[in-house]
Amino acid sequence: MKRFLPLLALALGALWLASSLAPRRADPDYDLEGFGRLPILANGRIKPIDTVARSSLLQLQGRQRVSTGSGGSLSPNAWLATVFFDSARADRLRVFEIVHPEVLTLFNLRPEDGDGKKRFSFVQLSGRFPELMRQSQLAQQTESAQRSAFQRAVIQLHLNLNLYHELRHTLTAPESDDFLGELLRFQDTLPAGIAAVRARQAGEPYDQASFDAMLAGGQRYDALSTASSLRPIPPSARAHASAIADADAAANTTGAAPTAAPAAAAPAPSTPALANASASDWRSTGMALLETFETGLVNHNVLAYAGLAHAWRAQKPEQFNEVVRLFRAQLGTDFAPELRKTDIEARFNAAQPFYRSMVLYVLAFVLAIISWLRWPEALGRSAFWLTLLAFIATSAGIATRMWLEGRPPVTNLYSSALFVGWGAVLLCLVLEALFKNAIGSVAGGLIGFAALLIAHHLSLSGDTLEMMRAVLDSNFWLATHVIIITIGYSATFLAGFLALIYIVRGAFTRSLDKPTADALSRMVYGIVCFATLFSLVGTVLGGIWADQSWGRFWGWDPKENGALIIVIWNAIILHARWGGLVRQRGLMCLAVFGNIVTAWSWFGTNMLGIGLHSYGFMDAAFWWLSAFVLSQLALIATALLRPLRISSKSPHT
Amino acid sequence: MRDTWQDFIKFFTSLKLTVVLLALSIVLIFWATIAQVQLGIWGVQEQFFKTFFVLKKIPGTEIPVPVFPGGYFIGGLLLINLIAAHVYRFRFTWAKSGIQLTHAGLILLLLGELFTGLWQEDYQLRLDVGQAKNYSESFRDQELAITDKTDPDFDDVVVLPDKLLAHRGAVQHSTLPFRIVIRDYFPNAVPQSRDQVPANAGLPQATMGFGRDFTVIPLPLSYRQDQSNLAAALVELIGPGGSLGTWLLSAHPFVRPQPFEYDGRHFELSLRFARNYKPFSLTLLELRHDVYPGTDIPKNFSSRVRLSQPDAHADREVLIYMNNPLRYGGLTFYQYQMDSASGYSVLQVVRNPSWMLPYVSCILMMLGLLIQFGISLFRFTGKRRAAVGAANTATATPAATAA
Repeated sequence: MKRFLPLLALALGALWLASSLAPRRADPDYDLEGFGRLPILANGRIKPIDTVARSSLLQLQGRQRVSTGSGGSLSPNAWLATVFFDSARADRLRVFEIVHPEVLTLFNLRPEDGDGKKRFSFVQLSGRFPELMRQSQLAQQTESAQRSAFQRAVIQLHLNLNLYHELRHTLTAPESDDFLGELLRFQDTLPAGIAAVRARQAGEPYDQASFDAMLAGGQRYDALSTASSLRPIPPSARAHASAIADADAAANTTGAAPTAAPAAAAPAPSTPALANASASDWRSTGMALLETFETGLVNHNVLAYAGLAHAWRAQKPEQFNEVVRLFRAQLGTDFAPELRKTDIEARFNAAQPFYRSMVLYVLAFVLAIISWLRWPEALGRSAFWLTLLAFIATSAGIATRMWLEGRPPVTNLYSSALFVGWGAVLLCLVLEALFKNAIGSVAGGLIGFAALLIAHHLSLSGDTLEMMRAVLDSNFWLATHVIIITIGYSATFLAGFLALIYIVRGAFTRSLDKPTADALSRMVYGIVCFATLFSLVGTVLGGIWADQSWGRFWGWDPKENGALIIVIWNAIILHARWGGLVRQRGLMCLAVFGNIVTAWSWFGTNMLGIGLHSYGFMDAAFWWLSAFVLSQLALIATALLRPLRISSKSPHT
Repeated sequence: MRDTWQDFIKFFTSLKLTVVLLALSIVLIFWATIAQVQLGIWGVQEQFFKTFFVLKKIPGTEIPVPVFPGGYFIGGLLLINLIAAHVYRFRFTWAKSGIQLTHAGLILLLLGELFTGLWQEDYQLRLDVGQAKNYSESFRDQELAITDKTDPDFDDVVVLPDKLLAHRGAVQHSTLPFRIVIRDYFPNAVPQSRDQVPANAGLPQATMGFGRDFTVIPLPLSYRQDQSNLAAALVELIGPGGSLGTWLLSAHPFVRPQPFEYDGRHFELSLRFARNYKPFSLTLLELRHDVYPGTDIPKNFSSRVRLSQPDAHADREVLIYMNNPLRYGGLTFYQYQMDSASGYSVLQVVRNPSWMLPYVSCILMMLGLLIQFGISLFRFTGKRRAAVGAANTATATPAATAA
């Protein structure tokens, strides 16, 4: 049994990871996965509807599942379909997280009114919108760094309500009970309406009713076009007469079997105009409807989505699934590359490689700790394999993100957290392969988990695949400076965590023997050397990038200062050791302090809210950072005040 | 005496000094980062880095007291420490070649920063679409310009830099038929209509031009990066026949050059950002400010300019955008600011003769550290392999390698 434990752990872990790739259906009736894979342009990027659903829910309520109130729950896609197509029902779902008690008071709500004592519905909030607007405007007059917790909460809630408002107006006009019927009537009245408008312009007699209908339609779709910045309607050549959508629509309104449609769904030929279409040609539903006045035809993509809305509200899953299938087949002729990306992104979202890696890292950490007490060989080896599996899953996740974005791995604070963990675990795997004493697995499991946890919290602010601002838009420098400096962070953290293992084992257990202590000391020294190399070169490369783009090599910007402090701190550790100023224990304390220095440079500098680098400002993390700093100081104090027990013999022998 | 010299050498070459100085520099940098929230980036550079001591005023008084060593002090001592240690202990061995190369790179980097601090000049060049300019303007330095426009073919300009204005006093120039007397000077002031302020406020008043209807209100100096200080001056011109009058000048863009005539010649008086003329000109042909569709996130800022210098046979179009500056004639032009609605683009113009040094030092340091740690790693894995081999032959138990 003992001998096969590592193999068993490896096999089970691999199986569990592989199972995440298998397709699953959240809903037995509706093809929500197919719906979630449809493309939409949001925040400058074409992405699957699935990503919009997940990142919106993370922003609104910090988690991806929505509880229906009656004990059940909705998947992100089911929730978003409800918001898109049946907003009256969506308005009653409790998805707005409010934890600040004074903000609740604004709405006359108590925590007990909410789902999980903190989530509230649009309907619950709707009575007091004017007051919220007023509070939000008052709060925005305060500079962002000086805002109180209440002011920040009010502004965040305002932003969340704006997001929800945009989502409701993305595919249909929410106040319309039958958007498809409205559009078809609009299509029917269009010739008479256009004739009336032309006649009026020419000063001839015209039909007042038709003219008024046109005017009302124009105002209505103009309002719709400004209500949402999401752009679901792909560019289409005008010649693309909407055979398919018309057929669908006819089928839907007449209630005929949707199987009548495929005959009309023959792929329309790709026109030259589409070959040059770019992301900026995607339009919102309102914009596409306004074009109707020029083309005389309601956009077939808009009609297809209206058809989906109709099927959703009428609770006809077969019809819904058929429209999804036909619409997708029709998109496939002109947008095959985009669909390939959205398919893979939706699959990537569902597989959740980072979440699964987190679980594996925790398991590896626990097994590695136990291996110090029992079965060092079998458990140590198992921990190593689990760490390796988690590392492979994280690597695959990072690689997928890189492919989706067409960028080097680190582009924002979120991806830096992923990459810091990735780099540190890679170094841990190397250490473990060399030393085989489970220390690499303990450190790897801990850092891997912590980095992914931090990344998860950073993902709450929205989609993590953001567009690069012009100043950062340089793949060369993102691939050199940013990568190298991030590995520098990884290595400095790793040295600090190895030192933590030394201090905890020496101060609180009897498990630290002389050979292990010496091995840890060599590891820390080696990793600090590595960290010095990468943070120094990364910092100087950063200076050169700044020289290239801002005209100065060094400007004492907070982020630059943070990076410089890491370099100097690593240099201090090396010089203090070479000069004999510190021995083993001193080296460990210095390395632990390196954690504080790196955490400051990584997050602390962003909290100052100034300087050219402050694109990643966040404030809730401030308390976490303080707690982390205090914990590290406490451990340094422990190491200095408490005698460390280092037994001369290994407990294993 | 010999002992003292030995102690002296020992002090300046010791690793302890290195560690102490490095630790002090961390404190200084951290403090300066925090202080930036209040002081802004320029203020921090002046008060923490480009100084020998950080000075703080005793509370309630104006007496400054040094409270901490400044950037020049720590950086200077580090440089001495570094150079002294190497000069004194230098002995070439392959084992130490990496360390020596790294430190040589570091010395070069520090010197490079020193030279940059001494020689680098920063200007800005603001161009409206279609406009051509053969000069750029300082970000902060201002000058008083007296332009003789009598000849329609060329302007004859006399300029007084703001450092001279700050001393007040009188200036006589051989080409000008009058003396210039600086009656008052304000390093930062905002123009204000005279009827908006009480008559007895003691604000400057002029008899000619702009200053008859306007005055200026002095402001404290600003160190914020996004604000510039706009100077103002009250000057009197005195010819052989007596005073020509007093003029109020302001560097505020709202204030135009003020014309006057004297002795049959046409003059203009202005206070403007100091100009730096070039032997070539740039014309802004087109500017672009693209955003990602459906967002406000800037995707691209670029300026297409025509660069022309007839005597160097240069006449071509250049595209300047983020991360892609134009280097020409010892100057580098960066895309700095842009307002596509108003149709202007601002380029940052930098002259830095030592801009290559960081590149060289980066290569030196990278090579040095790679050699050094490569040697260590090689030695370590060699030892480790030997140890593992020995352990495996001695005992067949895996526990020995695990320990």
